[in-house]
Amino acid sequence: MTIEFETPKPIAQQQFVLKTVAENMMRSVSREMDENEHAVPYGYVEFMHAAMRATGAGSLAPKEEKPSPSPLPQGEGAGGEGKKRPPIGYQMLAHMLEMLSWGDVGMYLVTPGGGLGAAAVQAAASPEQKQKFLARFGGEKPTFAAMCMTEPGAGSDTSAIKTTAILDEKTNEWVINGEKIFVTAGHKSMVPDEQFGKGFIVVWASIDPSAGRAGMRGFVIEQGTPGVAVTKLEHKLGIRASDTAAISLVDVRVPFDHVLGSPTVEKQTEKGFKKAMATFDATRPLVAATGIGVARAALEFVKEKLAENGVQIRYGLPRNKLTSIERDVIDMEIMLRSGWLMVVKAVWMADNAKPNALESSMSKVKAGDVTTKITQKAVELMGPLGYSREFLLEKWFRDAKITDIYEGTGQINRLVVARQILGYGGSELR
Amino acid sequence: MYSFEPNEEQQMLIDAVSRFAANDLRPVAHDAEEEGKLPPKIISKGWEMGVLQASIPEAYGGFGERSAVTSVLAAEEMAFGDLAGTLAVMTPSLFVTPILLAGTEAQKQQYIPPVIEADWQPYTAALIEYAFDFDALDLKTTAVADGGDYVLNGEKAFVPYAKDAEAMIVYASLDGQTQGFIVPKTVAGLTVQEEPEKLMSLKALPAYRVTLEGVRVPQSSRLGGEAGHDIQPILAASWATLAAMAVGVARAAFEYSRDYAKEREAFGVKIAQKQAIAFFLAEMATEIEAIRTLTWEAAWKLDTGAEDGYQSAYLAYMGATDMAMMVTDRAVQILGGYGYIREYPVEMWMRNGRGFATFTGLAIA
Repeated sequence: MTIEFETPKPIAQQQFVLKTVAENMMRSVSREMDENEHAVPYGYVEFMHAAMRATGAGSLAPKEEKPSPSPLPQGEGAGGEGKKRPPIGYQMLAHMLEMLSWGDVGMYLVTPGGGLGAAAVQAAASPEQKQKFLARFGGEKPTFAAMCMTEPGAGSDTSAIKTTAILDEKTNEWVINGEKIFVTAGHKSMVPDEQFGKGFIVVWASIDPSAGRAGMRGFVIEQGTPGVAVTKLEHKLGIRASDTAAISLVDVRVPFDHVLGSPTVEKQTEKGFKKAMATFDATRPLVAATGIGVARAALEFVKEKLAENGVQIRYGLPRNKLTSIERDVIDMEIMLRSGWLMVVKAVWMADNAKPNALESSMSKVKAGDVTTKITQKAVELMGPLGYSREFLLEKWFRDAKITDIYEGTGQINRLVVARQILGYGGSELR
Repeated sequence: MYSFEPNEEQQMLIDAVSRFAANDLRPVAHDAEEEGKLPPKIISKGWEMGVLQASIPEAYGGFGERSAVTSVLAAEEMAFGDLAGTLAVMTPSLFVTPILLAGTEAQKQQYIPPVIEADWQPYTAALIEYAFDFDALDLKTTAVADGGDYVLNGEKAFVPYAKDAEAMIVYASLDGQTQGFIVPKTVAGLTVQEEPEKLMSLKALPAYRVTLEGVRVPQSSRLGGEAGHDIQPILAASWATLAAMAVGVARAAFEYSRDYAKEREAFGVKIAQKQAIAFFLAEMATEIEAIRTLTWEAAWKLDTGAEDGYQSAYLAYMGATDMAMMVTDRAVQILGGYGYIREYPVEMWMRNGRGFATFTGLAIA
């Protein structure tokens, strides 16, 4: 091993292609998708599905067997027989997400392939369940899945989840009751659309409310299951191309084998829930990567406009000789690059099977800060150009804020980081 | 490929420097700062670890090859022990490394081996000037070609060990370009102030004001010879080094305040169990990690000759100056009243932390 920062060739090639996708299929309709909330970017969805199918990837989620999940041609040097190269699946994915989010983060969230729903199945399901639930993503039509964790009374504090799953021993079915909100792609997963395949949701529910987190399990609920209803689509500050659904569950019956993980409560441990939380170690730097993509778009816009107007950044000067704009741009560059490198380090650790709970959460803390600060400063610096809907900058400002909220708010991630560096558990640092 | 793991050789160096920092530098840091003097034994011991020697090829008396990545790894680790001690140990590098980076073959052969092959000796460099708008790219000290010589005029500040230095590199503006000149101790017109500078920290590092009045040096003393040299690689090396040292100092302050927060009780719990303190620490750790990674990348770019290596080193340095201030300030805050007391080390780290914005040219590894 040695210290290196060379983008691996397959990733560089992928990025080259994805930039074209971002420019031609995302940026071109970005404004339209933002103004028409809940419109579906069918062109982008079809394209991504076809591209992923062509390479047999099916989904964006990295699989253990196949370290390189790129839906695009990997070119030479990707795997290569004989020579064993370190896996780069998560690194590839982080780069991809950054570039797609540079294109449009709202549209990126509408990438078919199962998203967090499939990721939960991937992380917690048996091989039979994986076969049963994940095969669809390689099918004819683009297909969606979603993760249902949040409830009106349970956000960051997932132990407050009230949704229940009770086993009906007569029919050997789980009966699920509850109300879920903020379900990304919940509508596309659960409401039939001729253009899409049949999706599912993974609902987190308690099989024993007295057991606390140890009783928490994920349940796969197929589209069309009686008792499930999409009751609302949220109207949001940003990422408007992505549907955010409220889903009610009234006596929803699913077969016994739709539970992810052990069907009984292990009172002593929180293993089941910890497994769900472990998915976040992997996905946090990926969400961080999406924020970094938005921030890069904003900073590039600023630098481009400054250059057009003859404003150059004089690198190398002491701070007290820099103009205010130069100082701001330099600070933004420092934030953007260091934030991105923290993402790269976290996913590099994931690829190399190094425990990365700390780096993962740190990258998310940093990205939440970086993304909001850069986009906010960019709008300020650009004045009327920043505030006008003629350009996309104001949209990126609105899109950016979600980075510091979903997949663990900045505060929850600070808590995770603090516990790690202090060697504390939940009982010592609440 | 990306990789964030030092190689075996680098790890051995890190381990050795880390032991020196913990066992030798840190224990004497407090008294050295109070008394304004480092034990000479410590400096020799640091020098004998061979951090600089390992970055010099055999042809010039060393036993390795320069790697900016290795240099920043060592710099961070040593500064974790004590900044003043680190700058003292590394002072000869201010003279040697610019010659290695920008000197002619003849200059390398003439000047590097006598420094590298001997015990620690005071060889130094003078870049900083005593002005609020000091700018390494726009110096007030001038060099003018005159016959076969250059004539230097001006005043330099914060020059480590200038009083005893056998020779120093003096940076001056030659037709608006910053150029280095190798100036021997004995030259006429060079005056080193009697008393060392009185600075906010680094009291253990004797640094001096230096005046140059019509100092005449031969053309062969110009760094890079007749053609001169590019100042950018020298500045970039200094920035990367300082960024790494800032990370080292910040880490020292972070670790100390973290451990303190786990001991100190208030309202029936350890103060680390309060989110106000825990979040402070989480943010300190995050910023340290951010700038360390940025510094590594900048150093890697310098090693690989990337086009934007200079810019990256500058950005890492600029980020490091803010990060070091933020982290060391918070460390003092976490210790509360004790943070303000000189018996505890964090207030010194806070004084160190503010200095990085001013230290361009004070360290090059």
